Amino acid sequence: MSMQLETSPTTGDEVITNYTINFGPQHPAAHGVLRMVMELDGEIIERIDPHVGLLHRGTEKLIEHKTYLQALPYFDRLDYCSPLAMEHSYVLAIEKMLNLEVPLRAQYLRVLFAELTRICNHMMNMGSHIMDIGAMTPNLWLFEVREDCLNFFERASGARMHSAWFRPGGVHQDVPLKLLTDIADWLDTRLPELFGDALSLVVDNRIFKQRNVDIAIVSKEDALAWGFSGPMIRAAGIPWDIRKSQPYDVYDRMDFEIPVGTNSDCYDRFMVRAEEVRQSIKIMKQCLRDMPEGPVASTDRKVSPPKRAEMKSSMESLIHHFKLYTEGFHVPAGEVYVATESPKGEFGVYLVSDGSNKPYRCKIRPTAFSHLQAMDFMSKGHMLPDATAILGAMDIVFGECDR
Amino acid sequence: MPVLHSAPKIASNEGVLDALVAALGSMVVASKEEHGEIVLTVARAEVENALRALRDDHGYQQLMEMAGVDYPSRPERFDVVYMLLSVTKNHRLMVKVTAAENTPVPTVTTLWPNAGWLEREVFDMYGVIFAGNPDLRRILTDYGFEGHPFRKDFPLTGYVELRYSEEDKRVVYEPVKLAQDLRSFDFMSPWEGADYILPGDEKAAEAASPPPVADKKTTETKADTGAGDKANDKAAEKASAPAPAKAEDGKAPEAPKSTDSRPEKGDDK
Repeated sequence: MSMQLETSPTTGDEVITNYTINFGPQHPAAHGVLRMVMELDGEIIERIDPHVGLLHRGTEKLIEHKTYLQALPYFDRLDYCSPLAMEHSYVLAIEKMLNLEVPLRAQYLRVLFAELTRICNHMMNMGSHIMDIGAMTPNLWLFEVREDCLNFFERASGARMHSAWFRPGGVHQDVPLKLLTDIADWLDTRLPELFGDALSLVVDNRIFKQRNVDIAIVSKEDALAWGFSGPMIRAAGIPWDIRKSQPYDVYDRMDFEIPVGTNSDCYDRFMVRAEEVRQSIKIMKQCLRDMPEGPVASTDRKVSPPKRAEMKSSMESLIHHFKLYTEGFHVPAGEVYVATESPKGEFGVYLVSDGSNKPYRCKIRPTAFSHLQAMDFMSKGHMLPDATAILGAMDIVFGECDR
Repeated sequence: MPVLHSAPKIASNEGVLDALVAALGSMVVASKEEHGEIVLTVARAEVENALRALRDDHGYQQLMEMAGVDYPSRPERFDVVYMLLSVTKNHRLMVKVTAAENTPVPTVTTLWPNAGWLEREVFDMYGVIFAGNPDLRRILTDYGFEGHPFRKDFPLTGYVELRYSEEDKRVVYEPVKLAQDLRSFDFMSPWEGADYILPGDEKAAEAASPPPVADKKTTETKADTGAGDKANDKAAEKASAPAPAKAEDGKAPEAPKSTDSRPEKGDDK
């Protein structure tokens, strides 16, 4: 901490003008490794310079050295609060370049689990947002829900967090019927109960509102200019949701609403997420109701590997399996930018292929970059403790921001 | 080609490319529509004007992303790609400029404030300079990092590693020492696109083609040894030893007796 001392022109005493403090990089409210150099006038924030990159692992460079399939698990490790949503953009980008058809059941499964991921992510974010403000209990209850979600992921893919379950051409394995019925039960009973209980503690709470309402108001023009997306742009009153306007997989068959904010403050951002959870429940119920039977991965054996049992009797399958897990598939040369609505906003993948079995370039568009960059102008003139509320309402995860 | 994939459906590209190329005129250097993506390559000096025109006249309000790409074989080795989004027309567009290490790209922070960090990232990773960016610091790499790690000629392992030194009581930087070589598998099929020599083919590659022979030597009889008359004569007269004659009673000769003494089989004690 550094202090600038100046002599007061009236009294001749030494007065403190501005502080510069470091917020983070190890701070529980920094949601990971964020260092913010804050210039304060008393307790009022004058300027914030966020320093990111402390979790930079060179994911994009590593991906250039892997085949398309080997690169997939890196996406789980970007936003580790919503791993399947990260995979979604990547597999769609590959499928777009290959012009590969995905079976209907796989599309339903993907949408189902993308929405489950959204719930999982929002539980984490809303819980920690509430806790940053000072309430303890709702976070514990929301983590119960998150634990349920992780158990569902485990039952589908074998891994709680890093599923690597979405594959180019579909999903890796079909889910057992019991899992689907359990999810349906959970959506009807446990989730609304826990979620409702937790929210009932905060949404009308006086302290919670005092800490969030009218904090960091962003105009529609600013939200567009700063490249906001997801709940951040919806809270600003712009009904923009990629699931609705640029539907992918079977989102065009789903009936759901896009919640928008009216005041564009931290409270609106929180409430937009709360409503998104309810809409996700609605989408998941439709998925469970309409999901057809059928294959869960493309039958194009040049992209999607055969099942193990098939390999035991078919020479052709054995060859395909060997080729796909050594050389991998080749993607036609070209470039695509595919963005999906991840729980945090627009998560995009810019993929450049040179026609070989490895991506020539894979640029990942993190949602956090434009949001965190706006931290400076959003916090200006607010109090120091408001910074945690603003950060909490932004929903930043550094695995994704720093890549 | 019919669209089979289920990637996000944007508004139709029909006629958009021609309209934009006509509107931007000489600013556009190249344009293409591929995989359902419209890519406009604009002149580097004009990128700010082109993007302003796209933002103000064509409704591409948001700059979602900027990406750098490195093609070391080109004279201007870098691509800087701007991903634009129109929330009113529900359309996406890519705008590209090329740059070298010493040719600055005009900044677009004047158009979109969030271009600041995006340009910083491209600068950090590739070393492309953005003229006019007020704050062109490194963003993702370490404080005091040297080099631009996403260039294709930057090794995957990097050059330095850091550890906490118990003696110095601080973090120290050292050159990278790998206990095991970094494994880089090349699974490309050797029949298509391998740019290396297959094991065993080294000599074939050295002497690309043997010198031409005027009259090819052929061996039609045993005597054509190809080693001169003397050898031919010798080869003609010499014959290999004949096959062993069959025994009188028509049986094949027995195998020779074993030389070492072994106990008879079935002679267990």
